[in-house]
Amino acid sequence: MIQARIGKRFPPGEESPGFSLEIELQAAAGVTALFGPSGAGKTLTLDAIAGFVKPDSGRILLDDAILFDAATQVHLRPQLRRCGYVFENGALFPHMSLRANLEFAARQLPRLERHRRVNEMLERFQLQAAAGRKPREVSGGEKQRCSIARALIGGPRLLLLDEPARGLDAPLRAGLYAVLQQVRAEFKLPILLVTHDLEECFELADQMLVISRGRVVQSGPPRKILDSPATVDVARLLGITNLFEAEILALDPGRNTSRLRVRDRELAGAYYPGHLRGDRVWLFARSEELRALPGGKAGPNQIPATLLRVHERPQGVRLEFSGGISVDMSRAQYLAQKDNKEWLVEFPPPAVRVVQEGNAAEDIR
Amino acid sequence: MTIDWFPLWLSLRVACLSTAVSLVIGLGIAYLLATYSFRGKEAVDAAVTLPLILPPTVLGYYLLVVLGRESSLGRLYEWFFGRPLVFTWQAAVVAAMFHAIPLLVKSARAGFASVDPSYQRAARSLGASDWRVFWRVTLPLARRSIYAAAVLTFARSLGDFGITLMIAGNFPGRTQTLAVAVYDAVEAGNGRMARALAILISLLAVGILYAANRLEQRRGAA
Repeated sequence: MIQARIGKRFPPGEESPGFSLEIELQAAAGVTALFGPSGAGKTLTLDAIAGFVKPDSGRILLDDAILFDAATQVHLRPQLRRCGYVFENGALFPHMSLRANLEFAARQLPRLERHRRVNEMLERFQLQAAAGRKPREVSGGEKQRCSIARALIGGPRLLLLDEPARGLDAPLRAGLYAVLQQVRAEFKLPILLVTHDLEECFELADQMLVISRGRVVQSGPPRKILDSPATVDVARLLGITNLFEAEILALDPGRNTSRLRVRDRELAGAYYPGHLRGDRVWLFARSEELRALPGGKAGPNQIPATLLRVHERPQGVRLEFSGGISVDMSRAQYLAQKDNKEWLVEFPPPAVRVVQEGNAAEDIR
Repeated sequence: MTIDWFPLWLSLRVACLSTAVSLVIGLGIAYLLATYSFRGKEAVDAAVTLPLILPPTVLGYYLLVVLGRESSLGRLYEWFFGRPLVFTWQAAVVAAMFHAIPLLVKSARAGFASVDPSYQRAARSLGASDWRVFWRVTLPLARRSIYAAAVLTFARSLGDFGITLMIAGNFPGRTQTLAVAVYDAVEAGNGRMARALAILISLLAVGILYAANRLEQRRGAA
């Protein structure tokens, strides 16, 4: 169990506008993803936990060990923290064989156990064949597995992963995910994973912290966060493109329905607990949940729109309509109706979600 | 003409010893400067560089004052080794070091700084002591630039003149290094000797620079 409260300030400099980190997190065994855009402070958080960076304030607790405490001036050296750290590039020592890399890390183990443990890790991570070779002579997957094995061999109490999938091609990425699933299952320890890839969060994370401008703006299981982002800011970070200002006209908890006014149109949605009639909110809808139909008379929850652009994507196409609406559909569906002059976009009521207007930017200043 | 080989032999001996001692001191300073941030770091950097800028005579004068037979350091040396330091060939080693160390620190510091810090961080997070990180990670990864720096140090040590003349003097057969011997030959009007020695030193220097460049290039390729 890792519990951390980390504060660090960087005053504005000539080239930077200044930055302040104020992170609070808690993670039990399993994968916790630190998700956010670059420059949000994710890696800084990891470095503070690992002991490479000294925070100005706060306290870091790993199981029953105090790694850092500003109040009592405790700042353990990285060597003593028992945090395995997997760097973005793997950081395998290039002048040592894979086996020597593991042996380097196994130094703290008792002499007799060392050799056995190195062999066990080589086997567990399928590295026996490559063990004698230097990192530059082995495949990307072997390098990756070795850097994870190296971080785990000393028996850490926490595993830190800094964008391990960055710059990997699709097969390597899939291999990495498989290895991390295996690590999660076999080593019962908290794993903090820094990433800016939402799919990676869904693939690996039990919990997810959305980090923006040095703050945790939301935390929870990935699916839950995607379904109900706490703020407009979070919704934008999650890549939700359909975001509109709206007003709640009616709420009916009995029938689980509501009516919203968006621009000059009305849409039906579900009941939104915690909101009142007349509230100004943001409506959001994920583009894969909307439907685009040939134009005609607009029915309930349908909005006429003009097609502006078509974006080709691996999974299909994304249609960009007037009014900032975007809709995903399969290629086949699109080809069948691409000659449409007029379009209607349908918002199925369950896809219509709202988020309170409150912007995370406010509590930062 | 019979060539007296003593100056060449002495110069090589002085250069070897100076390189060895400079490596120990210089690598230490370079590593401190490259790795840690501490108060007075820039002052250390300036102090290390200063000998490159001061006139050799001034440096030599300071060293005479600090290491002379009347000084405490000089007396300590005399008590320990049983003979004075100044005006011996060992003084020539000290003289050579004063120009060699700044060069060594400059290039070794750049070499240490060019090692990706994530290797050092990885090593530390794996429980390695700072000492072990230095020997097993930083030093091996910076080895190419350190070889090159060592070769340059050797070359610079081979050619010191000003400080050597000030604190080791010009005693043929005892403290007369190659560079001093050239000066001596010119002073004595021995043109052939001066020419021969000058060509010898130049050839040595070219060979050493060539070796240093080769080492640097291999580092780039690795």
